[in-house]
Amino acid sequence: MYLVRDLVSPRTWLAFIHHFIGVALGAAVLWIVVPGMLAGAMGMPIAMIGMPIIGATLRLTDWFARTERARFAVTLGERIPAWPAGSRSGYRMRLLPRLAKLSERATWREVLYALSRGPLSAAAAFVCLGVWAVALVLVTLPLYNWSLPGGGAHLDGRTLHESKAVLVSLAGLLVLLAAPQVTRGLAAADAAFARRLLGPPGGLAARVAELELSRERVVDAAEAERKRIERDLHDGAQQRLVALAMELGRAKAKFADDVDAARDLVDQAHAQAKAALTELRDLVRGVHPPVLTDRGLDAALSGLAARSPVPVDVHVDMQVRPKPAVEAVAYFVVAEALTNVAKHSRASQAKVVVEGHGFPGALTVVISDDGVGGADARGPGLAGLADRVSGVDGQLTVESPRGGPTIIAAELPC
Amino acid sequence: MLTPQESRPPGGLRNGLRIAIAEDSVLLREGLTRLLAEAGHVVVAAEADAEAFLRAVASCTPDVCVVDVRMPPTFTDEGLRAALVIRDRWPEVGVLVLSQWVEEQYATELISGRPHGVGYLLKDRVADVAEFLDALRRVADGGSALDPEVVAQLLARSRHPLSVLTRREREVLALMAEGRSNSAIAETLVVSGGAVGKHINSIFSKLGLAAGEHDHRRVLAVLRYLNGVTS
Repeated sequence: MYLVRDLVSPRTWLAFIHHFIGVALGAAVLWIVVPGMLAGAMGMPIAMIGMPIIGATLRLTDWFARTERARFAVTLGERIPAWPAGSRSGYRMRLLPRLAKLSERATWREVLYALSRGPLSAAAAFVCLGVWAVALVLVTLPLYNWSLPGGGAHLDGRTLHESKAVLVSLAGLLVLLAAPQVTRGLAAADAAFARRLLGPPGGLAARVAELELSRERVVDAAEAERKRIERDLHDGAQQRLVALAMELGRAKAKFADDVDAARDLVDQAHAQAKAALTELRDLVRGVHPPVLTDRGLDAALSGLAARSPVPVDVHVDMQVRPKPAVEAVAYFVVAEALTNVAKHSRASQAKVVVEGHGFPGALTVVISDDGVGGADARGPGLAGLADRVSGVDGQLTVESPRGGPTIIAAELPC
Repeated sequence: MLTPQESRPPGGLRNGLRIAIAEDSVLLREGLTRLLAEAGHVVVAAEADAEAFLRAVASCTPDVCVVDVRMPPTFTDEGLRAALVIRDRWPEVGVLVLSQWVEEQYATELISGRPHGVGYLLKDRVADVAEFLDALRRVADGGSALDPEVVAQLLARSRHPLSVLTRREREVLALMAEGRSNSAIAETLVVSGGAVGKHINSIFSKLGLAAGEHDHRRVLAVLRYLNGVTS
């Protein structure tokens, strides 16, 4: 049924028109680009006079590429992704191409596209026109036959009989039904060709989308982290300092009449002050301790291991220090994972293994425990961790079946 | 400026220590100076950066120095490096490193096989004045004082299994690593000195270490065992 519908569908006829516009545009561009490039090449030895000519030609192919992206969108509904902003080199003084532009693959792909547009569209238009023409001729053959006074058309010197004419028109009908598919098929092939020459490599387009997403996640993760630090400061050290100030105030008031009570209060204040110090240190320990910058991951993990209430076995094997950003993320992963082990796992033993595989290479961080498992990889804690890891292009894997054990692995490129 | 010979108290009578301080925070520097003065010690120098501090140590040879790890200009480990210079150039001067952070790695670098007259404590410990002064005296007398948190890190990162030890033996081992004497360990754990001696013998035989007579020989043996500190 759709074969019949496609005969009159706008998509078919837009595709049909697309090929013919392609012929017109292609021919026009061909007439400019070929002489432009030739003149440019010949002008090169003469004090680089060819440079501005090539520049002008490249500006045209640049513009043509943009126009073609728009044309494909209008006539075929095909979106050909543009190159990411800032990924291409430009011109000096509007006309002299920067040298980098001349060595960019995209530049020459656009030139190739401009050169092949005309011939390709011409071939496609020719095929389309031919198919439609043959179909219409064959379908209308009986009518033609009937209208002729001589009682039949002559093909190769033989007279066409009524019965044969019906068969021919049936064949014509089949060709007619195929014509829209041929038209559209050629248009799809044309779009694929244009995407290959005008669009960024498929991997790059996907990468741009992925980076946009991960940037957003990293910003969110950083914001969540800031909120957590604010809350920890507010609930912890700040409250302790308030209590401390209060106890000292009471002690001051008591000194006049009840020295023993005052002494007790000072003792309490002393303890509060020390607890506040410990809390502040633990807070920073969970974020980014100075030793991480000074001595690296191996040294910094000692502090985390000692802080963990669950005994932790730490193995670090890396030949080269990774980038600071990667180190910080690796540290954060271990800190968060060990916090989770202490809070939720009911484990009796945990293990941290950090291995560097070459530089540039990857850093793998694996934290495992013998606890009850059931960690939710989509919960806020682990999802935030995955976001941080994605910020350095790494990958976080969480394996935590009910009943345990839990294994959290991060692979960080460095 | 007094020459070291003139200013040193008569031998044997070492009530007041001569102390040099390197600490960039004015608040803490003044606080420490006052605290030490109240305890009967003499602060011969109090400097805010490592270079001035080293010059001061060179000119007035104190009994012991109190050094902060993070100091200007880079606020990373200047104090630690200054401490290493002192330990190298003036081995008889005790060095007590104070820090907002204690790290097993820094401790390893600081001790590097010679746990004489060296200490590494969290700044918080200053709040427990008596204990702090005790640690300072230990360091000045050629002993050692390691923060319990550093020792916890050393135990956590021990290259060798400690599972052969009983819980009490591990406690004794930790206190030993801090640089405590037998009597101090006995006092902390509320047991008799004889019991501590028995635990120590048991630890040394279980870990296959040769027990030394002096406290610092034992500290060295323990640290070597825990972290492969080389001499």
